[in-house]
Amino acid sequence: MVQSLENGSNTRNDTSSIVYNTQQLNLWYGNHHALKDINLQIKENEVTAIIGPSGCGKSTYIKTLNRMVELVPTVKTSGKILYRDRNIFDNDYGVEELRTKVGMVFQKPNPFPKSIYDNIAYGPRIHGIKNKKILDQIVEKSLRGAAIWDEVKDRLHTNAYSLSGGQQQRICIARCLAIEPDVILMDEPTSALDPISTLKVEELIQELKQDYSIIIVTHNMQQAARISDKTAFFLNGEVVEFDNTDVIFSTPEDKRTEDYISGRFG
Amino acid sequence: MKYVNHESVVKRMMNRLTINKIFKAIFFFATLFALLALAILFYRIITQGIGYLTPEFFQNFGSRFPAKAGIKAALIGSIWLMFVVAPVSIILGVGTAIYLEEYAKKNRLTDFIRMNISNLAGVPSVVFGLLGLTIFVRALSLGNSVLAAGFTMSLLILPVIIVASQEAIRAVPNDVREASYGMGATKWQTVVKIVLPSAIPGILTGAILALSRAVGETAPLIVIGIPVIIQFLPTGLLSQFTALPMQIYDWAKRPQHDFQFVAAAGILVLMIFLLIMNSIAIFIRNKFSKRY
Amino acid sequence: MAQKQVSDQPSVQELIAKSSSKKQKQLIEKMIPYILLLIASISVLTTIGIVATLIVETIIFFKEIPVFEFLFGTEWYPFANKEPAFGILPLIAGTLKVTVIAVIVAVPFGIGSAIFLSEYASETTRRIIKPILEVLAGIPTIVYGFFALTFVTPLLQQFIPDLKIFNALSPGIVVGIMILPMIASLSEDAMSSVPNSIREGALAMGSTKLEVALKVVVPAALSGIIASVVLAISRAIGETMIVSLAGGSTPKFDWDVTGSIQTMTAYIVQVSSGDAGYGTTIYYSIYSVGFTLFLFTLVMNLIAHAISKKYREEY
Repeated sequence: MVQSLENGSNTRNDTSSIVYNTQQLNLWYGNHHALKDINLQIKENEVTAIIGPSGCGKSTYIKTLNRMVELVPTVKTSGKILYRDRNIFDNDYGVEELRTKVGMVFQKPNPFPKSIYDNIAYGPRIHGIKNKKILDQIVEKSLRGAAIWDEVKDRLHTNAYSLSGGQQQRICIARCLAIEPDVILMDEPTSALDPISTLKVEELIQELKQDYSIIIVTHNMQQAARISDKTAFFLNGEVVEFDNTDVIFSTPEDKRTEDYISGRFG
Repeated sequence: MKYVNHESVVKRMMNRLTINKIFKAIFFFATLFALLALAILFYRIITQGIGYLTPEFFQNFGSRFPAKAGIKAALIGSIWLMFVVAPVSIILGVGTAIYLEEYAKKNRLTDFIRMNISNLAGVPSVVFGLLGLTIFVRALSLGNSVLAAGFTMSLLILPVIIVASQEAIRAVPNDVREASYGMGATKWQTVVKIVLPSAIPGILTGAILALSRAVGETAPLIVIGIPVIIQFLPTGLLSQFTALPMQIYDWAKRPQHDFQFVAAAGILVLMIFLLIMNSIAIFIRNKFSKRY
Repeated sequence: MAQKQVSDQPSVQELIAKSSSKKQKQLIEKMIPYILLLIASISVLTTIGIVATLIVETIIFFKEIPVFEFLFGTEWYPFANKEPAFGILPLIAGTLKVTVIAVIVAVPFGIGSAIFLSEYASETTRRIIKPILEVLAGIPTIVYGFFALTFVTPLLQQFIPDLKIFNALSPGIVVGIMILPMIASLSEDAMSSVPNSIREGALAMGSTKLEVALKVVVPAALSGIIASVVLAISRAIGETMIVSLAGGSTPKFDWDVTGSIQTMTAYIVQVSSGDAGYGTTIYYSIYSVGFTLFLFTLVMNLIAHAISKKYREEY
């Protein structure tokens, strides 16, 4: 299985290995210094939560991990982010290759205006998988993986926009699972959802943890406490504290973390 | 003492309200004027032309005698013209719009292209005719063919298609683009598989409206020397031809009074042609409008 | 529940890695921006083509006719066998007569309709009238020309017995009807984009709707309204078929609107539909007239853009 070791898809049982190693990362939007000297090590098969007040850089950071942040034309970065020991900013590292390994779920559910089936099959198709049988299998497996198969199996060919917001978000998660990523980035995935849908997505995240490494940005501290193993607290573009979630929420070292956790600002 | 005397305010109020009513009526009649003009225009053309709309009218070529004059060559010629203008103008227009909306960086070159397009939209059609005459008819030696006329008309309506396509592309929300990039899709894959399918209703609606402008344009055809009296149908893209507005222009100019009715009948054919195109546009707009 | 891979089945990532389309994909990805830039440059080339064509042929024309005579000559007799005259002022006079009449018709009616639609009309009325205005804007100019010649001129002759069959008045009025929807719809857009809070502020002080419209909305939307009028003027100057059919072909440098005239556009059409040989002075003269026409409309368009740009910055 040498080949799949390189792909990084079957090494999930080795709990000690690090997926993302961020070293001295700085990022500017034009003149605005948005991320300052970030150093973070994210392990696989864990849920890592990133919390912090609005504008602290948490969304920017997660979008840097798959280089989506570069869609803003004025962005400049320095430092390194090693994904599976390879710097994602290397010139010969194509963003498409990176994003094939690292999936992303966005704040607002953003299914394509296509059928449910076509939404899920989109990723495999653009990467050259055309065999109808294999696509069928991938679609079913991904929808099961996102715990929405039973709700949509009879209407795979209806428009994804006919679903509720919570269902749409799970379709987006399924779409992300369809290319069997190594890591899933989630940028406040429940902020646009009602409490019941939120609960379903949270349960789903717990299940996905067994097979994927998950990094989730959230402004909801209870959510971070409920679902994550590790938590990083961002403030003004810096990492204030990064530790096991129970430590962060019970005995934080930094005064600012404590203030934020106890709701004194933000 | 008070500065505002409420009694006099109330007195004046009656006047102000009356004036308001009078002006409301004036504005209403201003609006009615345009509608009235449209109604008279349609009434005149229908009553003048309907008598000449016989099956023979569609089967005959042009003639010196009003009773024998037909629109066959012009109608078929206009359809031929559309077969050149539609693909050329849509490919160029949509390509330019994709470039400007999805690829172009914010720089001077891009600003220049944008500015250029909006100025091009204001150039009179007769000037496009001069361009077509010099470049397509003479320099490229296409003669007064379907192809030369088609290229000229394509450039004429290009700005309209570009602007409509730009608006349709801009209306595709950014988050579906991001979702596609997030899956590792390349830019072109995202454009072809996500952006264009969503933008196509808007693009087609704009394109059909632009094409209907090309169907009715006369001046560029006259300038590039499209003939009127033609007793054959076009056989290829380099063949001579005539078009509906050319034929109408010729009939309208003729001194014999009866040709006015023939011209009106020709206008009716042109209007029905346009009506069909616009109905298709409305159908597409309603049928394929996507919701987000 | 994410199901584990069945061992004899390759994972999706393996399939992706195997997919051979990668190289090809990268090549396409690199080529596309250049291909699109090439397509986008067609519109620039069109402008360059227009300007170059007009300038080159006009220069040839000026080798035969002095610039001064062209710009300031008050007689335009290109077809005269002896001593043809190429002074463009009569053609400009013809164009201006038609344009001024068109503006006199279109501005009050156009802005009046815009105020009615934006300030008085109910949503339903608006939804009926706006598409009708669009129809009016979509009618080919050849149809308007026919209408001017066969309906408006005879109608006017009942009131003005001196009116000739070809004159400036009838095409002027019809060009006005043609540009009216443009003024109405662009001005209505400008007025509708005035924020409602401003209207409410004035209404709450006891203003009538008329006072709100004339003293608040129109001033706030003024640059947009002016831009629409300038654009419409540019359209009127470049209008060809209405004046060709109903205006006549007698260029005259005066202010008479009841007799036959000729505009710049109508001259180009007249020469093109006749058979002026290639290479003759008359042939080149249509480019010099076209160039003058192009400059007129270009200036108008630039003014309109400058005004509407300013208006966009206000809100």
